[in-house]
Amino acid sequence: MAATLFRKVWDLHSVRTLPNGQTQLYIGLHLVHEVTSPQAFADLRARGWRVRAPERTFATVDHIVPTLAQRRPFLDLVAEEMTAALERNCREHRIPLFGLDSGSQGIVHVIGPELGLTQPGMTIACGDSHTSTHGAFGALAFGIGTSQVRDVLASQCVAMSPLRVRRVDVRGRLAPGVYAKDVILTIIGRLGVKGGAGFAYEYGGEVVDRMSMDERMTLCNMSIEGGARAGYVNPDATTIDSLRGRPYAPSRDEFDEAARWWRTMASDPGAPYDDVVTIDGTAIAPTVTWGINPGQSVPVDGRVPDPMAATGAERDGVAEALAFMSFDPDQPIAGTRIDVAFIGSCTNARLSDLREAARIVSGHRVARHVRALVVPGSQAVCTAAEREGLDEIFRQAGFEWRAAGCSMCLAMNSDRLDGREICASSSNRNFKGRQGSPTGRTLLMSPAMVAAAAVAGEVVDVRAWLPAAPAGVERRL
Amino acid sequence: MSGAPIERVCGTAIVIGGDDIDTDRIIPARFLKALTFEGLDAHVFEDDRQERAASRVLHPFDRPEHRGAAILIVGANFGCGSSREHAPQALRRWGIRAIVGESFAEIFAGNALAIGLPCVTAGREPLARARAHVDAAPDTPVEIDLPRGVMTAGGREIRIGLPDTARHALLSGGWDATGLLLQRPDEIDATRARLPYLRWSSGSTPRSS
Repeated sequence: MAATLFRKVWDLHSVRTLPNGQTQLYIGLHLVHEVTSPQAFADLRARGWRVRAPERTFATVDHIVPTLAQRRPFLDLVAEEMTAALERNCREHRIPLFGLDSGSQGIVHVIGPELGLTQPGMTIACGDSHTSTHGAFGALAFGIGTSQVRDVLASQCVAMSPLRVRRVDVRGRLAPGVYAKDVILTIIGRLGVKGGAGFAYEYGGEVVDRMSMDERMTLCNMSIEGGARAGYVNPDATTIDSLRGRPYAPSRDEFDEAARWWRTMASDPGAPYDDVVTIDGTAIAPTVTWGINPGQSVPVDGRVPDPMAATGAERDGVAEALAFMSFDPDQPIAGTRIDVAFIGSCTNARLSDLREAARIVSGHRVARHVRALVVPGSQAVCTAAEREGLDEIFRQAGFEWRAAGCSMCLAMNSDRLDGREICASSSNRNFKGRQGSPTGRTLLMSPAMVAAAAVAGEVVDVRAWLPAAPAGVERRL
Repeated sequence: MSGAPIERVCGTAIVIGGDDIDTDRIIPARFLKALTFEGLDAHVFEDDRQERAASRVLHPFDRPEHRGAAILIVGANFGCGSSREHAPQALRRWGIRAIVGESFAEIFAGNALAIGLPCVTAGREPLARARAHVDAAPDTPVEIDLPRGVMTAGGREIRIGLPDTARHALLSGGWDATGLLLQRPDEIDATRARLPYLRWSSGSTPRSS
């Protein structure tokens, strides 16, 4: 019978039905970081349990690492304490840790795929909601809380109820200057921040088929912003090619066998979906958020809404958001003056993101009133970018070039907004206070849009900033 | 190992208005910089409380009449965003023993269940009435009765919803799942043994410490 990838992966990993009706689901890959794991390890110790599958558990430090002075001990004593605790826990339980001295450290959702740990057909869990990112490879990947981190450490399983599957078909072609970030912001804008509750999103259609793995990761990353705990793309030739040669990918001898199996895990033609939504990719414009949740966005040539035009329950939300942002009803979003430009996060800090942003800033200067920083997603991204000279392009334009980490996406290190600053950000959440200042304001957009905003000093339409493509070279999208 | 059965929660209530209250609002990220969950209760809704204090209005969590409240009444999609368990931990440590709302973000509700904090749903209209009641008389006794599936506030009963799986876990005391998950190690091993991707050897694995 035709089945979705979700159903195949779910059934393969189902251990048993628990007394309350939930499924005991085996976790093929458990990723761990310093912020949501210490209490889980402490619980494990208190109950005398061991880590059941240390060889399927991998750790890194990302949330609190400083992106400037990385010499140990860190100047931030709490960051030092939490890093040391993770090191201790990993040593004690024989969990491989990709620390700052490994050359492979970075945001957990960047390094998993980079190392080839993330593979099609797997179940992947991590104490971080953006674990949905790994779905780009055709894995069933979802965020868990600390109690569930303890569950997975102890049993390599979680208790969970199956999700329904919504197919999100993105048809047509994206215009130049329109990126995966714009696609996902458009999807969330259409389906709402709670529209995905209880669902896994299966992304497909010509636009997704043509996307690189980096772009698919951006798409799946923000599934959770739409309320969907997981999002995925069926594995195809792009997926398989991207895995070849990665350190933890199957060895050359077994790669073809693996690739054949990966393809069998893709959703079958005629698979049953609980819901199907179609989005016209051709109509998507560069998109910017104007409010305090990621569903509150407009095309860059659009205007922020007027609460009076909104209906009942929505009106209060719009009014609250506009008051927080200090925006007037119906004002154009373009031309909004920014104070900070942040290119980083598990959403948009991979090599292709940095390349695209560098292409925009090359030969320009960051506006005098703007503080701009680039925080690569991983040490490997950082090294690769430096090899291409991207760091020089950014530095010459007036950007700071930092070391890898989560940084100003959630401001658990010293990278943060001050006061009421407005930040053009390539990250994933524009919640009140998210970027470290309770009154700080975030405008989510693609890295290319952030780059253009940094130079212009205000929100601008990146489509007017694209350098002409070299003759004979067609953009991938 | 599991928790104690949870059948009913009684006490006074406290109201947080609005939809889509995210976990960054419930507990800002800077308070996640700690090795334990201890002391989180002091910082629940910290930024919102400061903001209100600056405009000389007391946040519900700062109003003396709500001190000791056990039931939190919220809107739709409560707890969206980050998977931080610190959010339900902070609420529980403050004294909240049950949350009733129009709907909850999935990860939040799962995290709350895992620490024995029921998240039950109710319709928008009956919730609005309950809120009005609590606003007018904060000392109103409120009771959430899970076996009967009702909440009583000011003598009026409201139907409440809870997924069967969560209801069973709470009533049986099986909400702390780790013990349950460890009961059948042979079945865990059998599942593991059928995963093709665990049989393949990887190429060259990089250095980790």
